[in-house]
Amino acid sequence: MITLLEAHALHHRFGRTAALDDVSLTLRRHEILAIVGESGSGKTTLLNALSGRLTPQRGDILYDDGGGPRALASCGEVVLRKLQRARWGYIAQDPRSALRLDISAGGNIGERLMASGARHYGDIRAIATHWLEAVEIDPARLDDLPRYFSGGMLQRLQIAATLVTAPELVFMDEPTGGLDVSVQARILDLIRSLVRRLGLAVVLVTHDIGVARLLADRLIVMRHGRIVESGLTDQVLDDPHDEYTQLLVASVLPA
Amino acid sequence: MIEATGLDKTFILHLQGSARLEVLRNACLTVSAGECVALSGPSGAGKTTLLRSLYGNYLVDRGEILVRHQDTMVDLVTAPAETIIDIRRATLGYVSQFLRAMPRVPVIDIVAETARDRGAAAATAREHAAAMLSHLGIAPRLHHLPPATFSGGEQQRVNLARSFVCPWPVLLLDEPTASLDAANRDIVVRLINAAKQSGSAVVGIFHDAAVRDRVADRVLHIDPVTTPELA
Repeated sequence: MITLLEAHALHHRFGRTAALDDVSLTLRRHEILAIVGESGSGKTTLLNALSGRLTPQRGDILYDDGGGPRALASCGEVVLRKLQRARWGYIAQDPRSALRLDISAGGNIGERLMASGARHYGDIRAIATHWLEAVEIDPARLDDLPRYFSGGMLQRLQIAATLVTAPELVFMDEPTGGLDVSVQARILDLIRSLVRRLGLAVVLVTHDIGVARLLADRLIVMRHGRIVESGLTDQVLDDPHDEYTQLLVASVLPA
Repeated sequence: MIEATGLDKTFILHLQGSARLEVLRNACLTVSAGECVALSGPSGAGKTTLLRSLYGNYLVDRGEILVRHQDTMVDLVTAPAETIIDIRRATLGYVSQFLRAMPRVPVIDIVAETARDRGAAAATAREHAAAMLSHLGIAPRLHHLPPATFSGGEQQRVNLARSFVCPWPVLLLDEPTASLDAANRDIVVRLINAAKQSGSAVVGIFHDAAVRDRVADRVLHIDPVTTPELA
């Protein structure tokens, strides 16, 4: 089975606002899908729904863990937590919300490993060191507290702590938002090479079209909770058909 | 290798009062293995639009673009995104006028990526990349720098190396020699002719008539679409 994740006719309202209005999509194994749109377009609600953090009021989300597609809503809390912990990763825009700043960098990575069953202290330390190197953090910082790290380093630590359990699907919410442009380029390059090397599937939410262009195979454009356009990333961005997508593309400053 | 029939393309510019810009009407093109077809016509006639449509970068409104991909003919117009990505990895190459690459990545890795996507090991891919960059006159001391600070001509040669590092059954070229000096133009002409000899079907836009005469077997003239005036 090549399809990993599938959403059918999702609907969700916050009060009178439709955050998801008849949203359907599929994600294949090893595919990078970007969801773009302005604030309030519903892209973060969609990410939360797909990653099991929010149960949409209507519609189904199916995940295929190798044994055939199964609806998230019917698999139960325990199975969902297990999926989230062992097979999925989630990279938040603000690494401070995802990391523990009062335990060491190595501890942040090791904690995830232990949660998925690793017990041997020496192994955990070696794997944590390896992952610090993979995200270009000096392994000598293994025992340092992340509260003294820069924003870019914190984001790289979050990436290491997420990928250490070898997920097959990673959700990313504005992973380069709030970072300096020079730091952004480094994180993007890192995400791209790791995603390819590890063969991850990714659902990426971003308001930055440049980020979507560099990372994504396919693109979904959202507005007012609806998908207004979708397709091959460069085709949607270079030949946008929908009025809103044309506005979005035309609003980008040339590089 | 590539056969396009009945292509129509109209851009609807919603931000300009939904202005309609009809660029292609019933465009057709067939290119066989080992053959090079040059697109000619006045500026604005739709040469680049046709070339980009053949790559699936622009989506035509009507027509069929059949590409021979691993022994089957696939219609790019209706193929799903993952099929187009696969075709672009293995079959359909495209050299644009401008280099678009991840910031911070050294040119050797930009070029090696094409080979790695075809399954080459990292070391082999880098060897091929270094050889092609050097062949196109990018000195080894530049291979480990990102191309942001390179001149226009150097960036274009990186762009060319990125495609020519692997063979392509179908190769699309948009002004591949536009900012090159005579010596580098000559190298590119020889690369194109070598690709043809090894069986590539080539479609190109060549501003330089001398280059065109040396590589093209046929010229396809494209006229701007004329809309009859309302009486």
